[in-house]
Amino acid sequence: MRKISSTQGDARIIVDGIGKTFVLRHTHSFKEAFIAVLRRKKISTVFKALDGVDFAVREGESVALLGFNGSGKSTLLKLISGVLKPDSGRVLTRGRVAGLIEVGAGFHPDLSGRENVFLNAAILGMSKREITERFDAIVEFSEIGEFIDTEVKHYSSGMFVRLAFSVAIHTELDILLVDEVLAVGDAPFREKCKAKIAELSSQGKTMLVVSHDIDMVTALCERGILLRHGNVVFDGEIDKAVSALRAQDV
Amino acid sequence: MSTAQAEAAGFVVPGRSRGIIDVFRFRYLLRLLVRKGILTRYHGSVLGWTWSYVKPAAQFLVFYFVFGIFLDLNRGIPAFPIYLFSGIIVINLFTEAFSNATKSIVDNAPLVKKIYLPRELFPAAAVIVAFVHFLPQLAILTVVCVFVGWIPTLVGIAGILTGALIIIVLATGLGLLFGAVNVSFRDAQNFVELILLFATWTSPVLYSWTMVRDVVEPWVLELYMLNPITSAVELFHEGFWAPLVDVSDRPPMLWLNAMLGLGLSLVLLFVGQLVFRRLEGRFAQDL
Ligand SMILES: Nc1ncnc2c1ncn2[C@@H]1O[C@H](COP(=O)(O)OP(=O)(O)OP(=O)(O)O)[C@@H](O)[C@H]1O
Ligand SMILES: [Mg+2]
Repeated sequence: MRKISSTQGDARIIVDGIGKTFVLRHTHSFKEAFIAVLRRKKISTVFKALDGVDFAVREGESVALLGFNGSGKSTLLKLISGVLKPDSGRVLTRGRVAGLIEVGAGFHPDLSGRENVFLNAAILGMSKREITERFDAIVEFSEIGEFIDTEVKHYSSGMFVRLAFSVAIHTELDILLVDEVLAVGDAPFREKCKAKIAELSSQGKTMLVVSHDIDMVTALCERGILLRHGNVVFDGEIDKAVSALRAQDV
Repeated sequence: MSTAQAEAAGFVVPGRSRGIIDVFRFRYLLRLLVRKGILTRYHGSVLGWTWSYVKPAAQFLVFYFVFGIFLDLNRGIPAFPIYLFSGIIVINLFTEAFSNATKSIVDNAPLVKKIYLPRELFPAAAVIVAFVHFLPQLAILTVVCVFVGWIPTLVGIAGILTGALIIIVLATGLGLLFGAVNVSFRDAQNFVELILLFATWTSPVLYSWTMVRDVVEPWVLELYMLNPITSAVELFHEGFWAPLVDVSDRPPMLWLNAMLGLGLSLVLLFVGQLVFRRLEGRFAQDL
């Protein structure tokens, strides 16, 4: 296992030689599996989504994860949040992790906005007291107003995302993982979200941001990690990372 | 630094759960998940939870007329309606809890794929919702029993509680097992329906245990009585029906079999949890 230098004691996220392979199964029932075995057909193929990824994120750092579609960015965030388990290597985190992998994943359309705020905040790890304390702030940020007691299925898609994002951003956290969720809402709300994330960053929260919005990541992050086919091909200053990403185009 | 050293420095390995124990640490979330299950269950229906009374009542009437009157299966069973209903609600609890728990992971796919939570929460919430759903049925039965002069005994109440506990433990264990398998092979939920079909017939719900005794070998009867569901049903009979009637033919060693049934259910819970933990690492990517 890789030696971790003494400076990494103040790290928030340590990604240590991570590998992740997906087994793509071609059968989805006992019957299909059985027939495939009889016919000596392959019942699965393997795909390497991440291969020996190594980095550490220090406390208070804002890092952008860059790369083309399918390069493994979301997979990496899911490994850090614990949704997926690595096949090799290890991930270590210190502090409360809030994963904005997709906002509104726990929302139920038949429940009111209020019920959903409580449910979703608890899913993101908040206690009852914390939620009650922040409830008004959450509703205010989302600008949902009196719709809070309406069933969520009657919301416009923008309203839905606003509320979901507002819940996520108000959770108690040390590490924020953001995956493409900023491409939501109308322009004023997007600005508000960016400002909120910048505020969290200035409070010393650690951040790992995945986004295809280059302007946004250069504004929010000082460091960029470029992924390509599951490998880290660049890790350094954000401007250089962006140029490296652009250079891949050709 | 080794993982142990890192943990001493305040690091954690994300996504490592402590299994079913974690359900207790996440009590508040569990409560909200149960609340969600209860609030959304009859969403958009006018009668709402009244259906929880109407359905078992209809089921009871069908069984009562078909088995009691037409087929005359109630021969030798006094107070047959009460005998029947106290068994039916046990089977209903088992059916509801087991099938909901089996589907719980797949039903919560968006959450399982996006956010890390101890996944045992979903089957646990499903079983609790099933239990809440069972309470109106229990209430009806109690009211009817009181109406016809039921005087509860301490042993009887203990029997009812033990019976419910056996069913809850059994359904949770089997639900964990089949719920985990269901993620990769949806055959599991169909298989569960098959098991549930048998559950009604392999326990003395529609007939009396003596009818089994009279026709099978003693060792088959032993096996029949060892079925935890049989024990739970008989414990409910003991609690609700036996005090109302004068029967000498109660199953021998009822409590011994009940304890064995509870033990077997606990073993299945352990096995279910083991399999669940084995397969859990793959839930997010296979769903
Ligand atoms: N559960 C899964 N099962 C099989 N393959 C998967 C699974 N999840 C991801 N993959 C594969 O892993 C690769 C990386 O996916 P990932 O979602 O991490 O890409 P990404 O960098 O986030 O892309 P994008 O920019 O489009 O969001 C893809 O080729 C994808 O098909
Ligand atoms: Mg992605």
